[in-house]
Amino acid sequence: MSETAEHTGHHIDVKQFHPRAQAAIHNPKIRKNFRSAMDGLMSKRKTAFEGWDLETLRDLGANVRLRALANLPDLLEQLEEKLTENGIKVHWAVDADEACRIVRDICKARDAKTVIKGKSMVSEEMELNHYLEEQGIEALESDLGEYIVQLADETPSHIIMPAIHKNTGEISQLLHDKTGTDLSNDVEYLTASARQQLREKFMNADVGVSGVNFAVAETGTLCLVENEGNGRMTTTVPPCHIAVTGIEKVVPSMEDVSALLALLTRSATGQHITTYFNMISGPRKAEELDGPEEVHLVLVDNGRSAIYQDDELLDTLRCIRCGACMNHCPVYTRVGGHAYGTTYPGPIGKILMPHLIGLDEGRHLPSASSLCGACGEVCPVKIPIPDLLVRLRQESVDGDKLHPAKVRGHGAKRSSMEAMIWKGWAWMHASAGIYRFGTGAASKFRALQPSKAGAWTDYRTAPKLAAKTLHQRMKERGQ
Amino acid sequence: MVDPIKVYPSKPAKVYFYGTCLVDMFYPDAGIAGVELLEREGIEVLFPQDQTCCGQPAYTSGYHDQARSVAKAQLDLFPGDWPIVVPSGSCGGMMRKHYPDLFKDTPDEVKAAEVAGRVWELTDFLLNVCHIKLEDLGEPTTVAMHTSCSARREMGVAEVGPKLLGQLKNVNLVEQIRPEECCGFGGTFAVRHPEISGAMVSEKVETLVDTGAKEFVTTDCGCLMNIAGYAEKNHKPVSGQHILSFLWARTQGKGGQQS
Amino acid sequence: MSSRETILQRLRNRTGGELTVPECDFSVLVRDDWSTKERIERFEKMIESVHGEVHHCTEDMWMDRLAELLNTRGARNLLIPKQHEIGQALRDAGRDDLPELLIYDEPIESWQGHLFNEVDASITSTRGGIAETGSLILWPNDDEPRLMSLVPPVHIAVLKASELYTTFHEAMKAQNWAAGMPTNALLISGPSKTADIEQTLAYGVHGPKELIVLMIE
Repeated sequence: MSETAEHTGHHIDVKQFHPRAQAAIHNPKIRKNFRSAMDGLMSKRKTAFEGWDLETLRDLGANVRLRALANLPDLLEQLEEKLTENGIKVHWAVDADEACRIVRDICKARDAKTVIKGKSMVSEEMELNHYLEEQGIEALESDLGEYIVQLADETPSHIIMPAIHKNTGEISQLLHDKTGTDLSNDVEYLTASARQQLREKFMNADVGVSGVNFAVAETGTLCLVENEGNGRMTTTVPPCHIAVTGIEKVVPSMEDVSALLALLTRSATGQHITTYFNMISGPRKAEELDGPEEVHLVLVDNGRSAIYQDDELLDTLRCIRCGACMNHCPVYTRVGGHAYGTTYPGPIGKILMPHLIGLDEGRHLPSASSLCGACGEVCPVKIPIPDLLVRLRQESVDGDKLHPAKVRGHGAKRSSMEAMIWKGWAWMHASAGIYRFGTGAASKFRALQPSKAGAWTDYRTAPKLAAKTLHQRMKERGQ
Repeated sequence: MVDPIKVYPSKPAKVYFYGTCLVDMFYPDAGIAGVELLEREGIEVLFPQDQTCCGQPAYTSGYHDQARSVAKAQLDLFPGDWPIVVPSGSCGGMMRKHYPDLFKDTPDEVKAAEVAGRVWELTDFLLNVCHIKLEDLGEPTTVAMHTSCSARREMGVAEVGPKLLGQLKNVNLVEQIRPEECCGFGGTFAVRHPEISGAMVSEKVETLVDTGAKEFVTTDCGCLMNIAGYAEKNHKPVSGQHILSFLWARTQGKGGQQS
Repeated sequence: MSSRETILQRLRNRTGGELTVPECDFSVLVRDDWSTKERIERFEKMIESVHGEVHHCTEDMWMDRLAELLNTRGARNLLIPKQHEIGQALRDAGRDDLPELLIYDEPIESWQGHLFNEVDASITSTRGGIAETGSLILWPNDDEPRLMSLVPPVHIAVLKASELYTTFHEAMKAQNWAAGMPTNALLISGPSKTADIEQTLAYGVHGPKELIVLMIE
């Protein structure tokens, strides 16, 4: 069970969204790095789905995820039973702290000093690296992007491409400063140098920690999607492999996986498939010559079962972490991943993080969207992200008496001033007579309209009131 | 998001015209142009004088009680069985897509769903219900088009504007890069997150200017106010108008003008 | 209460009540059955688009092609399966144009350094391929352990054209994966790669820099 937090990690104040966003907007390098990366990803995704009945495929993706969620407790039990039968040990963690402790205990039992990591967003959510360091265990990222981010003592700015905010020159300088790699703009050289450094680490690591893309209940299989091969190294070379995953990642069968895999890689990076699709169903058997002798799975709740309670919010748990929503988000493209200050940035972060950190801490997240709908349009499992943003806005201000708010920290954004403005607005607009009088008077005295209108006119001219309202003109026409 | 298959009604004798508050106060010409186009198609236009606002600003700000009270006042405006046409994808989307959710589990649930089912974005209605044929009487010109996000994604009318403009033989329609990207308006978003909204609209204007077109048209007055307002304040060589104003002016042999 | 029970109980007693289970229609994943020729062409196109190489061979001459490929790369050795017919055939051939043949017949712990630093290339069998995505299906086992297809800089895979499936969905159904999976199963689609540095592709970041498919027709 949850105790008081044992570690605080790299605490970032999520509430400071605005200053970070503003700084990013005025940083031409950040703007350029994200704009060009997102443009590339959007066009690759489009190409990758050519020849597909994409709407039907997305429907299938949504249904596969909804079916799994509908049976979630049963599937988790089936998964546990099957994994156990296969020789994989299953652990359950109510929150991030407990998940960290489980990993630590497994490491301690093996007297492990070094952990090599494959990419795992759940481990970012747990702030596992920081925790293990505090426990005297070295945790090293092996995904090239994560490795770069870790060397820079930063967090990922994108869930699929962690170092997307950096350009080659910056990365070269970083590798030079931290590892002694010669300065170079040759990506192949920089990559080869990282390969050399990390191979040593793989060979000497005591434990490998990875994430999981899909956990299959029927066969007891952990599926990992990757291009680099570091995931395979992490899960094969060290004598112990610990996989960490959110409880929502379980699906009934490999057939479900075939549908989700078709959507995941195309949505994420526009690849028809990644280089490696790694399916792990057990530790090394007696006759086998490699592979870990121990495999563990840590099932992490950390707020997910709370999301699960509500029929609408539940859709958040459909997510397969492809990142397409951020790739297509005009806000994410402008401010980059770090502005959010959250583990998951972009649209998915805006609808997921408030549950993990509370709506008080995450109060600026749901409103930081123009509700343009690009995220919902590309989501491979059809999460209605804009609707969920509106729902969370309502939760933030406790704005619906019919549907009382339930998310942790709800109402944190409600101010009596704003509430009063909306009440006044509703009073004026719910009565046609008052509305016509008010708009008519505004038109009549439009010469008095101020040329400044708050933040609006920092960037634009104020809209100009017409001499006569449409109501008046239609009335003149006999309507 | 949009109904997977839209079932267009056959062309009716009458329609209800829902003007929207932005058109009402700032762009009544666009509303009048819409009315003229409908009447030229032989449709009688009913304008309920008691209409105010669809309730969207409060809805997207999370103040659903207030949104519901304003929206409720609109539900009684359309007693006949005529389609409701709206010169805005955004307000149309609010009414068509969000009214059913907003009134779920209330006594108005059935009525809200019924009203929602009759709501049409006006250009979509002109093209696909009236099967309008436009005769271009204007001088050769080049325009770009910005379809609002709600028109595109909630009302599913991304193809409509370009098709209507395509009927105008002297109009050269050019496409900006990333036509589907949001202009940064987003209602209260523009004032809650002014820097982000500003960064979005500046790029939108840049891409419009890059097309070489001196004017753009759009389905929604929110986008118009945002894009044209930015261009005006920053002296960018592009101006805008509602697509309905443009279509009406082109087919009347006079240039579009705002009063 | 254990964390396991806490979590399961929260999920079982959800305040929203029972959830409806939607139907899942997988027919969108089913492709019209492509001819063998179409499958070969598609496979080749897809795997080449991600930097893989395909060499068309016959039962009689694949070893000649293999020798050629290894010689042009200056490979000093080749890691082969011990029991699989590919390994048997290579050893039985006794050819002098092949590099030194190595067998993975000891636990990794006893020769990890050698495998990581000294082995230039490996050859493995496959359990078929997937045309649509240009993927190889591998089920590593004690004869062809997991690291064979990962650690050496060049991985050569032998694929029978007759074992090409159209889609992943078809392959898993045909091979009845639902009945049980091996400790490790893989789809491999090209050499190891990364685009983590400014979206510029680089190969061989952790695994093989080259993936060569000998397609036996």
